[in-house]
Amino acid sequence: MTAGTTGEMHPAPDAPDTDVLKRQLQRANRVARWKALGLVAPLLIFLLVTFVVPIFSMLTRSVHSPVFGDIFVETAQVIGEWDGTGLPDETIYAALVADMRQARADRTIGQAATRLNYDVPGTRSLLTRSARRADRLEAPYSVSLPALDDRWADRTIWAAIKRVSSPVTATFYLAALDRQFDADGSIVLAPEDQRLYVRLFWRTLLVSALVTVLCLLLGFPIAYLMAHLPPARANLLMILVLLPFWTSLLVRTTAWIAILQTEGVLNDVFVWLGIVSDDGRVQLIYNQIGTIIAMTHILLPFTVLPLYAVMQGIPPSLTRAAISLGATPARAFTRVYLPLTTPGIGAGAVFVFILAVGYYITPALVGGRTGQLISNFIAFHMQESLNWGLAAALGAVLLAAVLLLYWLYDRLVGVDNMRLG
Amino acid sequence: MALPLYATPAEKAWHYGFRILCGLIFFFLIAPLLVIVPLSFNAEPYFTFTPGMLALEAEAFSLRWYEDIVANDQWLHSIRNSFTIGIAATLLATTLGTLAALGLTSPAMPYRRAIMALLISPMIVPIIITATGMYFFYSWAGLAQTHLGIILAHTALGIPFVVITVTATLSGYDQTLTRAALSLGAPPHVAFFKVTMPIILPGIVSGGLFAFVTSFDEVVVVLFMAGFEERTIPRQMWAGIREQISPTILAVATALVLVSIALLTAVEMLRRRGERLRQGR
Repeated sequence: MTAGTTGEMHPAPDAPDTDVLKRQLQRANRVARWKALGLVAPLLIFLLVTFVVPIFSMLTRSVHSPVFGDIFVETAQVIGEWDGTGLPDETIYAALVADMRQARADRTIGQAATRLNYDVPGTRSLLTRSARRADRLEAPYSVSLPALDDRWADRTIWAAIKRVSSPVTATFYLAALDRQFDADGSIVLAPEDQRLYVRLFWRTLLVSALVTVLCLLLGFPIAYLMAHLPPARANLLMILVLLPFWTSLLVRTTAWIAILQTEGVLNDVFVWLGIVSDDGRVQLIYNQIGTIIAMTHILLPFTVLPLYAVMQGIPPSLTRAAISLGATPARAFTRVYLPLTTPGIGAGAVFVFILAVGYYITPALVGGRTGQLISNFIAFHMQESLNWGLAAALGAVLLAAVLLLYWLYDRLVGVDNMRLG
Repeated sequence: MALPLYATPAEKAWHYGFRILCGLIFFFLIAPLLVIVPLSFNAEPYFTFTPGMLALEAEAFSLRWYEDIVANDQWLHSIRNSFTIGIAATLLATTLGTLAALGLTSPAMPYRRAIMALLISPMIVPIIITATGMYFFYSWAGLAQTHLGIILAHTALGIPFVVITVTATLSGYDQTLTRAALSLGAPPHVAFFKVTMPIILPGIVSGGLFAFVTSFDEVVVVLFMAGFEERTIPRQMWAGIREQISPTILAVATALVLVSIALLTAVEMLRRRGERLRQGR
């Protein structure tokens, strides 16, 4: 609204004054806004530098992998001329041999070969072995190289070299989804024995869903009990929920090892009760069961707290009214009480699911082979196989899933309504 | 939820059955913590109850695993590290987080929801992703294998807890008190330290305790970024669980349970104090 229209609508003699006031108000608002932003800014900058930028720069490794092109410089320059049909011509063969000699002298051949191997498994030794004999090769290389190993006369390997020469790659995402390129550059399923990750993602989702359901099933009754007890006694019971919540994750995981291992407390009790014989002790840990039990225990407080908060706000008169109107207690519960608790169920479920999907420590310590989740494989590729591109791609897929759930949580509960303890 | 006198047998059965069920769930929650305490006094190098312990023979119990901690330089070193890193990260997170919470609760704050979502994300992003990202970036910046690097990382991880607790406390705070102080001529920082802070202090301290626990309990970032010099208690426990399981870990675990009891008590007392203040009693 402009000053003129205001003047026409309120033809008061002090019209210029309201104008001044309005401008002052706007300025005051602007100052308040900048003040608020100024208070948040230090933390925002801190988190951007210490948290957001590191994660994003790590994730770029999933698409950016210049290592091969940096080592096989000449090859990377000329292989673009090859159109991908038939075999490359002599200049490209010569460039490759020159690069192999150089890389072997620089001791970088291993890195380049590893990168090629990510694209076509089994090619690492082809490149290193050929490089070892590259000095003795004679022109024309398009004849002498295939004579060394007939795979050099295979279009597949050249297609792979052309792909890895480019610094931008889709290989790692494809690998993370059990896919790969074939010789023509189209995307195909990986060989049966190399398909791992899609199943792993499903396993992670399944274990997380199971843990979430268990947490709700166990959390609901005790939240209900506490919400219907006098506050003093409810507070006392709350300590039993909060104490595990405040106890170190490693302590709780250690405790589960002591309880669940074959020589552990639970098996001892089973033997003592005669449920199993001494030789027939049950394997409860270092498998999926161990992961699920320990994760349920650790995440249970995260469902109890929101459920309890919601239940405290439900007036008991509502169920009583339903019963006085003729509903059976069971019907009053399912038709009146349960629907009222859905905000708590939703908040607890989504939050536990988010935490469970990214779980690392507990599966790593008690999961054995079958209880490993996606995070454990990211750690494996980071620390042991050193395939950082694949680790980043798996991480990006996981992060996308988590951010989607986080967005859902924000819709459902609102992050600004989050409470602790 | 007391049982009325006229309850039918079915109602009685349901009432007691439900309580037994709840009792079992509470037992599930607390039993693991209770199991490790006696096991940590095991005289034998096992993770299980020996026949002597079950018969309550005095010789079956000993303090040897506790002596083990005190006699072991590695453990002492990691305990020192855990406290220095934890305290430094807590101070940093609490200062930055409280400032931000003051801005976030101002009605003039733009993009409030988006910024809040970003500030809370360190709690949501899977720790393995955070740790790997930090590993590369901090190595590049020369901060890997330094105390400073781990302090910065743990600060980032503790911030959501401070932001959540302090904004929650501030939302129950009467802003007219600050305005009154300002109108009486107090400069903004005096108004904050003399009026606002004493009232929201319980929230700040419990946020700080959350941040401390986050750092004190954190192992994955340490696993990726710390060298031998920066080992913390959880890192040491991790090695113990993976490499040689000895009851020393149980002794440490028992000590940590005591620490968490102390922290929980502190937070509960602060919460109640905060509630009393808010209700003006």
